[in-house]
Amino acid sequence: MVFHRKHILGLEELTAEEIVVILDTAASMKEVSERDVKKVPALKGLTVVNLFFEPSTRTRSSFEIAEKRLSADVLNFTPDQSSVVKGETLLDTARNLEAMGAGIIVIRHSMSGAPWLLARELKSSIINAGDGSHEHPSQALLDLFTIKEIRGDIGGLRVVIVGDIRHSRVARSDIWGFLKLGAEVRVVGPPTLIPREIEDMDVKVYYKLDEALKDADVVIMLRIQKERQESMFFPSLREYSKLHGLSHEKLRQANDKVIVMHPGPINRGVELSSEVADDVNSVILDQVSNGIAVRMAMLYLVASGGRKV
Amino acid sequence: MDSETIAQTVSRITDEIISTNRDSGELVVVGIRTRGIYLAQRLAEQLKNITGIKPPLGTLDISLYRDDLQIKREWPELKKTDIPFTIDRKTVILVDDVIFTGRTSRAAIEAIMDFGRPSSIQLAVLVDRGHRELPIQADYIGKKIDTNKNEKVRVLLNETDGKDEVLINQE
Amino acid sequence: MKMLLRAGRIIDPSEKLDIVGNILIEDGKIKGYPSDTKTIEKDKRVKIIDASGKIVSPGFIDLHVHMREPGFEHKETIRTVCEAGAAGGFTSLVCMPNTNPVNDNATVTEYILLKARKEGIVNVFPIGAITKGEAGESLAHIGEMYEAGCVGISDDGFPVMNSRVMRHAMEYVMAFDIPVISHAEDLNLSGGGVMNEGHVSNRLGLRGIPNASEEIMVARDIILAGLTGARLHIAHVSAAGSVQLIRDAKARGIKVTAEATPHHFMLTDEAIFDYDTNAKVNPPIRTKADVDAIREGLRDCTIDVIATDHAPHTEDEKKVEFDLAPFGISGLETALSLSLKLVKEDVLSLPEVIKKLTINPAQIVKIGRGTLKVGSIADVVIFHPETVFTVDRMKFRSKGKNSPFHGWRLSGRVEYTIVGGRIVYAS
Repeated sequence: MVFHRKHILGLEELTAEEIVVILDTAASMKEVSERDVKKVPALKGLTVVNLFFEPSTRTRSSFEIAEKRLSADVLNFTPDQSSVVKGETLLDTARNLEAMGAGIIVIRHSMSGAPWLLARELKSSIINAGDGSHEHPSQALLDLFTIKEIRGDIGGLRVVIVGDIRHSRVARSDIWGFLKLGAEVRVVGPPTLIPREIEDMDVKVYYKLDEALKDADVVIMLRIQKERQESMFFPSLREYSKLHGLSHEKLRQANDKVIVMHPGPINRGVELSSEVADDVNSVILDQVSNGIAVRMAMLYLVASGGRKV
Repeated sequence: MDSETIAQTVSRITDEIISTNRDSGELVVVGIRTRGIYLAQRLAEQLKNITGIKPPLGTLDISLYRDDLQIKREWPELKKTDIPFTIDRKTVILVDDVIFTGRTSRAAIEAIMDFGRPSSIQLAVLVDRGHRELPIQADYIGKKIDTNKNEKVRVLLNETDGKDEVLINQE
Repeated sequence: MKMLLRAGRIIDPSEKLDIVGNILIEDGKIKGYPSDTKTIEKDKRVKIIDASGKIVSPGFIDLHVHMREPGFEHKETIRTVCEAGAAGGFTSLVCMPNTNPVNDNATVTEYILLKARKEGIVNVFPIGAITKGEAGESLAHIGEMYEAGCVGISDDGFPVMNSRVMRHAMEYVMAFDIPVISHAEDLNLSGGGVMNEGHVSNRLGLRGIPNASEEIMVARDIILAGLTGARLHIAHVSAAGSVQLIRDAKARGIKVTAEATPHHFMLTDEAIFDYDTNAKVNPPIRTKADVDAIREGLRDCTIDVIATDHAPHTEDEKKVEFDLAPFGISGLETALSLSLKLVKEDVLSLPEVIKKLTINPAQIVKIGRGTLKVGSIADVVIFHPETVFTVDRMKFRSKGKNSPFHGWRLSGRVEYTIVGGRIVYAS
């Protein structure tokens, strides 16, 4: 089998083959989720800890369901209620969890690189559920899985990512994932939110939405955070939504069969007009079940990949 | 076993299935892993030839039910499980090429139970090579072969290997 | 006490000396360069050190060290930093004022000097703060500190953001003829940044500090130095643009000098590829273009001094999320071998490297060292430039093991460090 990794920390270091293995495994896992009894004993006896330093109901619930469908024992650890408030370091918290027998730690953290620190210092397998502005592999993998289900092949598709690229871990993971599977990737947003160096990643940079949307097959809308406006990256949400918000009219530039996605939660009227938000919501339901399948695949592969070490 | 013997065996097993299940409910056929699938297809075809009805056909990958995942060094690549029909109150004929320790069959039974509540599960195998480690027996056996535990029994099928043959090699 | 350093290759850039010879040390001073040593060697009171095959040079002077005492003794103390310095071949260490309390008045200065006299095995020269508390608002007690023994002023760790305050400081020190050492950083541009802004920071999702943050303040301080006539020294140059600004300023006759650290002439930001906090430093290590510009600046003497910016931290402090780790590299014990790498890579000659570690820094803070002239204080280092070793940061004498050079194979080992005629380190 091609997948030999003990951790999944980001898409940057995965090869295209490894990504395909994850997606193929996810397809098998999706079938499990469609049965009446949505459970297989593959991870029986394995303890998985969800170590979420940032609040996130969706991603955490998705991982939790995935873990339980594989029969793992699940521990949810949200440090706002605990010793981290008393000054315990990340490493000490994680070491305690490892000592309790955590085979896999799924970590979401507000600072880029936190999963690397754990991978270097602990024996458990680490899955990155989102680190700072850096990567969010499970989100990108489920985006790839969803598109692959609808369009068949990712190669040659024109993918446009819209919004705050600078601070977005979803954007970075999506860029790596779609590029490795052969898509053409474009980014568009206000210049203050697109770092100059993003061009080195082999993407095309646009500042005007209608140019970027021309013949697009996939549009991924990123969430705009109010704090960015307060830090002077753009003058107001009103102007942001006027220039970069998506409406049916602007979508006319794109391909007929264009798929619009949003990692959620949506700011209606800011990133998307209400009508587009309703369209997007139909894909979101698919993405929810795909998210569980993709996460089941990540857990299964990491549990097996870790054994070869 | 050569290709003619194999064909005769499939035919005989089909007759046995029909006679055993004269009064039971509907039959469904599920093939295990790779070669069990092709044998299941042949059985289903043969059942159609005799009864006129082709039973629903499913494929089962038991990787997620193996009892040795926690000790195995390398985990199996997952393949598709496809059982696109209900098995409630049906008679499930599980089909595999070889029964050996019985662990695969146990895993298959557990998997089937997660799909619903069949009225019965029956197991058909092409080859029974002995050395059971669990109290599991096949209901329909193509051929019983005496082997040493360290011998390798390989079933070759036309669909995957280009010919029908059963080989026994020394490890 | 008499000591004979026999048959070494003596390189003293202050006297433009590069010969194989002998040095006699007596009563803590350089007594002479005897060509015939037979009579001396018969004197049983003379300690003889065989320096054949080795380099004998003035003891190194580090213009930029964070001693952490008073206030941060868990990271380093005056005792341990001097031991580390001695092991690195340094006979004089110039220490920055960002202690706790800040060295912004004579009392703290005197405390440091007292401690150093008692526990430090090498010479310690303090730098006083420019502003009270290094807060950048009102001038510190510069006159008092000068009289207590400070050899320069700096708010290192922080810039003086207010140009009027910096101007006043530069004017004020004209009375004392000490240099103003500038930590050039525009806090508004660098704010929140943790590494160089560039391709690597973008990929790693870390906030970057652009070259502009340093270059803008270098330009400002050069202009203020021109306005006031003060002696300006730019600390830890990291950006290519800064080197060019300093080069132009020197050409126009502005009294500016500059230093570069080994990590800035040896590493690029690629060293952070897996979030290694041992490479997290301020100003950050930048790109190859910046490293090349710094090397060119060393070669054409735009950059006068090699200094370490020795900044020790505990292991626990560094073993955290990249954003949370403190900035700093523990550099005293790798400085010589990394500087010798410049010789190996044809950037500088050996005498030029020694010059930037001895007489050049000495002249900037006017401490009268960095020379082996007859009659001068015997601060000497004897080292073997070819001895190969593998850097083991856990074996550093400094409390700070935070080095990105762990595992590097380098050459150049200090054999003896002599301060005032006494051996303070022998390998």
